[in-house]
Amino acid sequence: MAVDVSQFYQVFFEESLEGLDNMESALMALDPQTIDAETINTIFRAAHSIKGGSATFGFTEVAAFTHVLETLLDEVREGSRALHADHVDLLLRSVDAMRLMIETLQAGDVIDPEDSKELKEQFEAILKGESFAGVTPQVAEEQAAPSTQNSTWQIHFAPHPEMLITGNEPIRMFRELSELGELHVECLTGELPSFESISPDSCYLSWNLTLQGCENLEEIKEVFEWVEDEADITYKSLKADEVKDYIQNAVDATGADNTVAPASDANQFMVDSMLQSPKNEVETPKAGPVETVVKEQPNVESISKNNAATTTTVAKTPPKPAEASIRVGTDKIDQLINLVGELVITQSMLGQLGEGDSEDFTQEKLLRLQEGLSQLEQNTRELQESVMRIRMLPISFSFSRFPRMVRDLSQRLNKKIDLVLQGEQTELDKTVMEKIGDPLVHLVRNSVDHGIESPADRVKAGKPEAGKVVLNAYHQGGNVVIEIKDDGAGLNRERILAKAIENGVVQAGDSLTDEQINDLIFQPGFSTAAEVSDVSGRGVGMDVVRRNIQELNGTVDVKSVAGKGSTFTIRLPLTLAILDGQLVRVGVENYIFPLVSIVESIQVNRNQLNRVAGGSQVLRLRNEYIPIVYLHEVYSTQADFHSIEEGLVVVVEFENNKFGIVVDDLLAQQQVVIKSLETNYRRVEGVSGATILGDGQVALIVDIAGLVKMGGATQALKQIESMVKRQPKVA
Amino acid sequence: MTKILAVDDSASMRQMVAFTLQGAGYDVVEASDGLEALSEADKSGFDLVLSDVNMPNMDGLTLCKELRTKPDFKYTPILMLTTESGGDKKMEGKQAGATGWIVKPFNPEQLLKTIKKVLG
Repeated sequence: MAVDVSQFYQVFFEESLEGLDNMESALMALDPQTIDAETINTIFRAAHSIKGGSATFGFTEVAAFTHVLETLLDEVREGSRALHADHVDLLLRSVDAMRLMIETLQAGDVIDPEDSKELKEQFEAILKGESFAGVTPQVAEEQAAPSTQNSTWQIHFAPHPEMLITGNEPIRMFRELSELGELHVECLTGELPSFESISPDSCYLSWNLTLQGCENLEEIKEVFEWVEDEADITYKSLKADEVKDYIQNAVDATGADNTVAPASDANQFMVDSMLQSPKNEVETPKAGPVETVVKEQPNVESISKNNAATTTTVAKTPPKPAEASIRVGTDKIDQLINLVGELVITQSMLGQLGEGDSEDFTQEKLLRLQEGLSQLEQNTRELQESVMRIRMLPISFSFSRFPRMVRDLSQRLNKKIDLVLQGEQTELDKTVMEKIGDPLVHLVRNSVDHGIESPADRVKAGKPEAGKVVLNAYHQGGNVVIEIKDDGAGLNRERILAKAIENGVVQAGDSLTDEQINDLIFQPGFSTAAEVSDVSGRGVGMDVVRRNIQELNGTVDVKSVAGKGSTFTIRLPLTLAILDGQLVRVGVENYIFPLVSIVESIQVNRNQLNRVAGGSQVLRLRNEYIPIVYLHEVYSTQADFHSIEEGLVVVVEFENNKFGIVVDDLLAQQQVVIKSLETNYRRVEGVSGATILGDGQVALIVDIAGLVKMGGATQALKQIESMVKRQPKVA
Repeated sequence: MTKILAVDDSASMRQMVAFTLQGAGYDVVEASDGLEALSEADKSGFDLVLSDVNMPNMDGLTLCKELRTKPDFKYTPILMLTTESGGDKKMEGKQAGATGWIVKPFNPEQLLKTIKKVLG
């Protein structure tokens, strides 16, 4: 039966990459001074599985490379080799190398053996450093399979009493031998004890076997391969003319055995032991014909063939291009199936209600219809939640890369840094997770590079030598919050301000709150690092980080205390597909406001309104001034209200500032499925998407940032600031 | 139907083994480590056990020893899947009570040949 092993490639790639991740984090946790057995075992197992799989699936490059790695790890595991700190570095580099190999294979490309050659040689050098033989891959030359031209063999097979306990059946071996040639079996019962002392577990029998027509001793030995150490086995080749005699003698001997058992058996064993030593020299002088070797050891043969022409082998079996896949726990799937079952029940219930004529429809049926509909609503909601859960992954997928990254960075920067990961089980949509990866990397780099001071500076400041970076994630409402916290120097207020003035973002005379100053680092072209290092100064600024996060409907802000450290806080929606929205009405149109942005909704009095220079209206709300935006003016539609008192003001928050948006009415709060305007129409400023409401109407989803900007409210903010300056306290 | 317990922590190897054996008409139960295998062994008997050596939670050698303490598995053939062609590991396997071994890498055909050898 031919089995196409390529169907298992994808699973192999995925589990290998996962294994490499485990290996990496275990290596990070490894302290060369006190090697923890379980940690080193985890690392070994990962390498071992990858080697086994890659050899099985024909990825010889990977197998050969992993083999040296595994050999080293095995020696460490067995305690016969000490692990040095530079071994760990080398192992980490080899994790990268293997990851590259697997990803190359996954992409259907051919591995360049040069990439890993140097690393492999380094490992081999380490292994050679102490006299450890057998380092070379299993292609070892055990090939010279001895065989002779003799075709008749006399085999004495005397199992040790305990052989049966390992599940080895003599009958099975005889059956196999009989496939190799004509078999004559003679059973020696001389060792049988008296009936009372027989233990049913033990084997007391031995056999004389004569096999005719098999030329290759190795084939015979293979039959007994598993029991070599559990039985005394001798092989003797018989010359053609001896055969007949021997069989005859054997038959005679059987008769004799029955009468003088103990003595003859003792002799038999003596003969065996005498036979044992010469047999290797005498019987295996000539190398067998190549054909036989190939047939017999297909394993070794295929490996050496692959080694000789690796590239062609890989090219011959191009793996299918990688498909994006997701691992989902069976519990999630089960729940889904369960819910679909519920849905089917509800559907059939509603279906029954729909049968019959209209006059059949009674009051009682109406009640059941309503009940069914509410059940349907619940089913739908649960189904939706379950489907969303499928796309949810723990954030550890994203966090797991940081220990390694921080380790490498801190080495390069000569800093000491402890990275603490918290809330790794917090779940997040897969797409959000993928897109948040780069911004997170940037923020962590930033904390390590700019946040944490050098050990000398830290000691001078009375802080512990090692800095601390904490990555934390948790759910808050419908959001995921990710914090990147360091105990470094904090943002440098003066330098930021100077830079902002230099860039013309703020005026020299402006007075800014600390929050506003901190927020300046998210402005384009802002890098306050005294010197640009290759760590953080990679041309990507905080403005890109903020933009990426905003594209995910998220926010990022920073809090900082000089000398104590900074905290970056990212807020993200759980998913990109669904938004918690507030439906509002302006004239005949409906719009959706993202619920996260809404602070409150109020009715206002005309005398709460002020006008600032430039004609913008501001609302005095408690002790704040809030710029007002008329949604219908920005979107050029008609509103029903004539004065602001007839409408409602929805107070929204954006980038730490509040704005009031005037609408006609607040309608329902609901979850809406986001449909992209770009794919269905084109990008429209001030609108982040659209959705279809229950009644089939399309409602636009308001992009608060765009709306506020278009409504001139950001201008108004500046006016408010100067107004507040003149009149510090609101009366 | 002949029932085989396939134990390996690597999903790809397990799938390959299971797929090959099922294709040859065997009934296959999969387990991802020794502990899982033991709990499967408590549920029903098997005609053959195929087990990897290096696994988390419980390795193949321990599994083998544990199985041999169960009356139902006293003589059941247990084959270890091992990457070591050296004798040490094989000896360890035998001492743990394994019937024999299959050396990785193996292809589906070799696997079936060995299984047939044991099961007849």
